[in-house]
Amino acid sequence: MRHVLSALVQNVPGVLAHISGMLASRGYNIDSLAVGETENPQLSRMTFVVVGDDRVLEQVRKQLEKIVTVVQVDDISSQNYVERDLMLLKVKAPAGGSRTEIRELVEIFRGRIVDVGADEVMIEISGRETKIEAFIDRMRPYGISELVRTGRIAMVRSGASIPAPGTGSVSAQ
Amino acid sequence: MGVRRVTAAKTATDSRLMSGADILVKSLVENGVERIFAYPGGTSMPMHQALTRYADRIRTILPRHEQGGCFAAQGYARSTGKPGVCMATSGPGATNLVTALADAKLDSIPIVAITGQVTRMAIGTDAFQETPIVEVCRGITKHHYLVTDIRDLPRILKEAFHIATTGRQGPVLVDLPKDVQLEQCIPNWDAPMDLPGYRAEPPRAKPEQIRQVAAAIKLAKRPVLYAGGGVISSGASAALRELVNKTNIPVTLTLMGLGAVPTEDRHCLDMLGMHGSVYSNWAVRDCDLLIAVGVRFDDRVTGKVSAFARHAKIVHIDIDPSEINKNKEAHIPIVSDVKFALEELNKVVEKNDEVDAWLEQCRVWKRDNPFRYDRNFDGILPQHAIDVLSDLTRNRDTIISVGVGQHQMWSAQFYKFHRPRTWLCSSGLGTMGFGLPAAMGAQSAYPNSLVIDIDGDGSFQMNIQELATCYCEKLPVKVMLLNNQHLGMVVQWEDRFFQKNRAHTYLGPITHAEARGKGQGQYAEERYPDFVTIAKGYGCGSASVRARTDLAPAIEEMINYDGPYVLDVEVPYVEHVLPMIPAGQTVDDMITE
Repeated sequence: MRHVLSALVQNVPGVLAHISGMLASRGYNIDSLAVGETENPQLSRMTFVVVGDDRVLEQVRKQLEKIVTVVQVDDISSQNYVERDLMLLKVKAPAGGSRTEIRELVEIFRGRIVDVGADEVMIEISGRETKIEAFIDRMRPYGISELVRTGRIAMVRSGASIPAPGTGSVSAQ
Repeated sequence: MGVRRVTAAKTATDSRLMSGADILVKSLVENGVERIFAYPGGTSMPMHQALTRYADRIRTILPRHEQGGCFAAQGYARSTGKPGVCMATSGPGATNLVTALADAKLDSIPIVAITGQVTRMAIGTDAFQETPIVEVCRGITKHHYLVTDIRDLPRILKEAFHIATTGRQGPVLVDLPKDVQLEQCIPNWDAPMDLPGYRAEPPRAKPEQIRQVAAAIKLAKRPVLYAGGGVISSGASAALRELVNKTNIPVTLTLMGLGAVPTEDRHCLDMLGMHGSVYSNWAVRDCDLLIAVGVRFDDRVTGKVSAFARHAKIVHIDIDPSEINKNKEAHIPIVSDVKFALEELNKVVEKNDEVDAWLEQCRVWKRDNPFRYDRNFDGILPQHAIDVLSDLTRNRDTIISVGVGQHQMWSAQFYKFHRPRTWLCSSGLGTMGFGLPAAMGAQSAYPNSLVIDIDGDGSFQMNIQELATCYCEKLPVKVMLLNNQHLGMVVQWEDRFFQKNRAHTYLGPITHAEARGKGQGQYAEERYPDFVTIAKGYGCGSASVRARTDLAPAIEEMINYDGPYVLDVEVPYVEHVLPMIPAGQTVDDMITE
């Protein structure tokens, strides 16, 4: 099962190395890891997407909490939350050729073309993982020359911090 | 508070100004440190200079290898319950601590290790004797610091001792660049700790959890207590004994738990697991309630974990939440300081009279299947030597340390412990060479106690240089060397699982027949090295003994010797540690012959 863990960590040197080292040495599989400062410059927020059964998840969470610089860990998968992944990609789009088609697709997926070259365009798109994956699939036939993603970030909706079974992923598009 | 570099032109005019090295050493004093095991080098010299200025409050003991220093700190910590402190220089000095820090992590021993580091400017340039020791140690310490600002020093040291000694205890590394040691500032001793992610209060069992355990005990017909290092480190031995006496529940101990209840207590089923007693493993096999206290269901205890205590309801009490359900699922999981939980349990627990018959059953098993060896052997078997040592020291204040291997398991089986913190053993990591330096550390804490390292000739040679420390620092440690000329435990596995093919397990010259596995009989007759001469070269007393009748007098002589002493006991190498449950197997696969 896919879980989204959200961790508050002290913003000190080495904390990312410590956490990623722990996860690697205990053999946990991390699909995605994103990290950045929060509203409090002393703290950073790390978002993990972990795939595993409940027992693995329990261990990952407890081992994270054991790290002295980790302040708090929440498994937000069972709550009503918004999840986003930001992607930049370059795709082959020669003028006059498939460029119009690509523009339409970008619009449908609510992305933006942020740079135009002679033979390719750079597209910015954000959303849930499933949407990003779907967009990548649509772009593949045109020829993706470069792709970069931030990894997933997530936030629980206001007033939704009570577990809401079955609604964990609603309306995040 | 001002920060200023020490330059030739400027000297401290404000008397409150202190160097980083002095702040560090004063912080050690403030945190109650009385001993430090420290080996100097280029980047730690300022701290050693500072140590001379505080010599009236901290005794600095110079080991002969940094690993010896850290194991000595462990011996101090394991025997006293107080944090052990060691210091090394950067680079190789620091990396020499690594094994002993990993050892402390696995056995949850409170250690504060200080390392010198190259100057801040030089960090990352592959400078002379530079290693990124914090990077190296991330996974094997409880926490770690690289100090980059002198003003952080008092806070970091406060935090280091706090983290090392609270919760599940463990080693903390503080890496201190040389220029920070030399820099000066007016320290703020009142700087508060900044640990928003660290739970300061020990977790405590909730009343309903305690009632659940009491109810389970009331219902159980065949309960067993499985107690480990957490009982020792939380100071819960008295509470455990009270529980055992109140309920009559038999108790088995892990390697880390030896001493938590006296070996001779009628409830004590001795050690369990791979080389545990027949009766303890049978009791766990047949129990209907397993009360696991301060343990972690290690693979050397459980064997095949799904078959371990298969029929039992499992109560697991531990201070570390990540141990609960890690290896074995608990029916009643309790995250708690062990001492608190046991004391609370003692207030409400009631005895189930059906337990008496079960305890009797366990005692019959114990009577019929004791740890055994050939008592008629014409010579000295290692088990016999430990048996005799145990008898001869039974009325003395004795602390035992061991290396790793057969002698370690036999010591766990045959030495009779009476009190907690009298058994120093590298249990989780299984580090050869632990015994002598650990004994040294304990002796420094208890100068009047009898501290004996029961060692093997393989382990002993991994830190034999510490005989110099014992002699020079007046630490009268005794070594009873069970010398079989081989790596006995590996030989045993060769015998059992590798068709007796000797693969580099003989410790003498390669020209000897033994090296090719063609030795005759039980003893390796051509002895190497000459431990008596080595010991005497270091200034220690020493003798060798082979005849059975000479053993007791030789041990007496060792005990009564004024100073460190090595008793070289010649033993055969063909003995196996039994019983044995092969790795990953179950109690039903136990080998007893």
